[in-house]
Amino acid sequence: MSASEEPVRFTGIRRAEQNLVTGEDATAGCPSGDAGMPGSGSGCKLSRRSLLGGAAAVGAAAAASAAALEVFGGSAKPAAADTSSTAGSSSSGPAHQWAMVLDLRNCDGCKACTMACQQRHSLWPSQEWIKVYTMTTAAGGTYHMARPCQMCEDPPCLYVCPVGATFRTDEGLVLVDQDACIGCRTCMAACPYEARYFNWGDPKPAAKIPGMPRSPDWPVPQVKDTVGKCVWCADRLPKGELPACVAGCPMGVIYIGDLTTDVAINGLGNVVRLSEFIRDNDGVRFQEEYGTSPRVWYIPGHGQDLNSDSATA
Amino acid sequence: MADVTQREQSGDGYGDGDGNGNGNGNGNGYSHGDGYGHGDGHGDGDGGLRALAMRPVLRPGRWWAPTVGVLALIVAWGVAAWVVQYHRGLGSAGYNDHAFWAIYIADVVTFIGVSYGGAVVSAILRLTGAEWRAPLTRIAEGTAVVTVLIGGAFIFPHLGRPERILELIYRPNLSSPIFWDFVAVSTYAFASMVFFYLPLIPDLADAADRVTAAGRPRLGRLYRLVSWRWRATPAQRRILSGSVGLVAIMIIPLAVSVHSVLSWAFALTSRPWWHESIWAPYFVVAALYSGIALVIVIVALFRKLYGLQALIGERHFVRLGFILAPFGAAYLYLTLADFLPGGYVGDHGVAAVFSSVLVGRYAIGFWLFVVGGCIAPLLVIAIPRLRHTRQIVAAAVLVDLALWLKRMIMVVAPANYGRISGLFGSYHFTWISVSVTLAGVAAIPLLLLLLFRVVPILSVAEIEELAHAEQQVHIPSPAVIPAPTPVGVNTRRQPSDLLGRPATFDIAPETP
Ligand code: SF4
Ligand code: SF4
Repeated sequence: MSASEEPVRFTGIRRAEQNLVTGEDATAGCPSGDAGMPGSGSGCKLSRRSLLGGAAAVGAAAAASAAALEVFGGSAKPAAADTSSTAGSSSSGPAHQWAMVLDLRNCDGCKACTMACQQRHSLWPSQEWIKVYTMTTAAGGTYHMARPCQMCEDPPCLYVCPVGATFRTDEGLVLVDQDACIGCRTCMAACPYEARYFNWGDPKPAAKIPGMPRSPDWPVPQVKDTVGKCVWCADRLPKGELPACVAGCPMGVIYIGDLTTDVAINGLGNVVRLSEFIRDNDGVRFQEEYGTSPRVWYIPGHGQDLNSDSATA
Repeated sequence: MADVTQREQSGDGYGDGDGNGNGNGNGNGYSHGDGYGHGDGHGDGDGGLRALAMRPVLRPGRWWAPTVGVLALIVAWGVAAWVVQYHRGLGSAGYNDHAFWAIYIADVVTFIGVSYGGAVVSAILRLTGAEWRAPLTRIAEGTAVVTVLIGGAFIFPHLGRPERILELIYRPNLSSPIFWDFVAVSTYAFASMVFFYLPLIPDLADAADRVTAAGRPRLGRLYRLVSWRWRATPAQRRILSGSVGLVAIMIIPLAVSVHSVLSWAFALTSRPWWHESIWAPYFVVAALYSGIALVIVIVALFRKLYGLQALIGERHFVRLGFILAPFGAAYLYLTLADFLPGGYVGDHGVAAVFSSVLVGRYAIGFWLFVVGGCIAPLLVIAIPRLRHTRQIVAAAVLVDLALWLKRMIMVVAPANYGRISGLFGSYHFTWISVSVTLAGVAAIPLLLLLLFRVVPILSVAEIEELAHAEQQVHIPSPAVIPAPTPVGVNTRRQPSDLLGRPATFDIAPETP
């Protein structure tokens, strides 16, 4: 799927500034270190209203993948979540807190996610913004793990960037302004997940799309001698559309979710209650020991331990 | 070296025989006391010292222009390579996602590191009142200024988007160690220039008339301008020596901060082997070690180029060697302290990186560094039979090469290591990265040759002051290190340096 074929309704860029009016960051009350799971523990306060909204959304959206709009209260139509909770969740912070869940039990390592991403963002084959590793368990079995940017709540890549070219939106997305990046690559040194890819030469040419100039949400084409990384298709999320990898995964491994409404949906249209899904399936986060508080949860299969199994590229 | 010995043996004057073919060039007016000595009460007898100090400015010799030309060509070639790199992208310098930092950051660390040596050697010798420093300080301080500028310049090829560098000023992220680097290095660079400039004031005031008389009136005017009506009054002297002392004190913690902060660009990431608490002191010691070595190399080079053998003798090199040795030993010790805990425990990533360094793909470079960069230089200084100028200079060259290699390994090994896959990527040199780096190396002598084309290479005022002080307290000569049993070419060397014989210049009592 190339960008030009999409039903583009690009209504504008959601930026950190835009959400400043909505007040505090929802994550501020949610020290993820202690809970380790959205919606669980006392530290993370999800309002009853947003939970209800989420529940309504689960009911309303279970039908098809296009229902992502309703799940996240997309801008095009009033979503079930919004109509059922008249005040909306905006009183408690930004409208969304994006999260991802990868259900590794279904991953067959086909790399469709990688290819969908590379096609959408016009990337060279070596720029695997979502990269699929082959893992080997202690017992010798193998499985696959896809690694998008973990959208850390405590992103080391952001702290070390000397000019603030890396920033974090109120909705929890860590993005790069490639028109400001000086190309020092300190962020590549700092990221424990090796999620950053530099443009060491000319970027892959991309067809210009009218009305979609390059921005941190839509970093296409890439900029020579600056750093790029997975953006969770930040341009699509506000429109209620699924990121390319989520839509492109034929096995429905990747769920995009929202901690505020506590729902997540995959490319097959399966909608789940985010916190329950993670809790019931023993979801874990990758390399938590670095204190980055990733926004990505993995659901490993039986006998698989993401954090000690050895990986190969 | 044979010609050097010859010249030292003659021990007669500095006006001739610089070994570079322009021996007769100096036999002109200004070595006969043309009035430059006025104002500070000195007579003409010190014409030798002044002529020697000003020779690079007035008559550097016929070799000067071709040498500068060749060095400038090398630098220009490097700059051209950088322009090509800028157009093609950083990949043309051998970089890739598994070697995102490599040669240029190693160059930054190396060049800024050697700068520290020049500044601190001079500062410490000043603060401890080591009299033998006098003929070395100007060269050491000049080296500090030149190398910190070159090291700073390597930021440009290091960055993918150097044209955006001003963002560091108008939109800095204060939590970034790279921003701290920027602040610390700029502050230090400024301080090293002040440190170079202050002791220069009396010399420039003194030399202003001399360069004017020698047909360089504009240079004379410049000297007068930047020397602020220096008349060597007691009050002026007091202020100057106070300020020099203050800057000498300040430059030491400043330089410590620079190298700590440089190390934190690495140590504040979670990468194996970079994320080490020992790295800050490790960097500081490495900087001192390589910097003192560079001072030895540069002093030897300029001693030969400008015929300073009468002032700078083997004992200077031996003493610098004695300063160098403890830092070499300390660096070796810190290397052990760096590797042992991580290697012993064998944490996943650390173990992989350490084994690649100690027995794996980087092992040749690492052990070359240990033997060539630490053990061999230490032996040269420890064994009296080896402790001679030529060997010490050779050891110092080895130290600087080995420490660059060490920095390369320290940068590249952890960057190469794939933290999820556990596989190593690789970095390869390209003609671009090698050309740019060699340009930096060539820029050191180039900039120093140019620098000493405009300012005196010797700190005349300081040499005289120290010699004068000696005479007043009736110390016959400063303590000379017991000469080792001379061997080989050094057998015929005579202790002809001026400090050993302060009476060489006829110093008149100071007139108030
Ligand atoms: S490479 Fe760009 S985004 Fe990364 S730290 Fe440097 S300036 Fe920031
Ligand atoms: S995964 Fe890496 S690039 Fe993404 S937010 Fe975390 S530290 Fe930054």
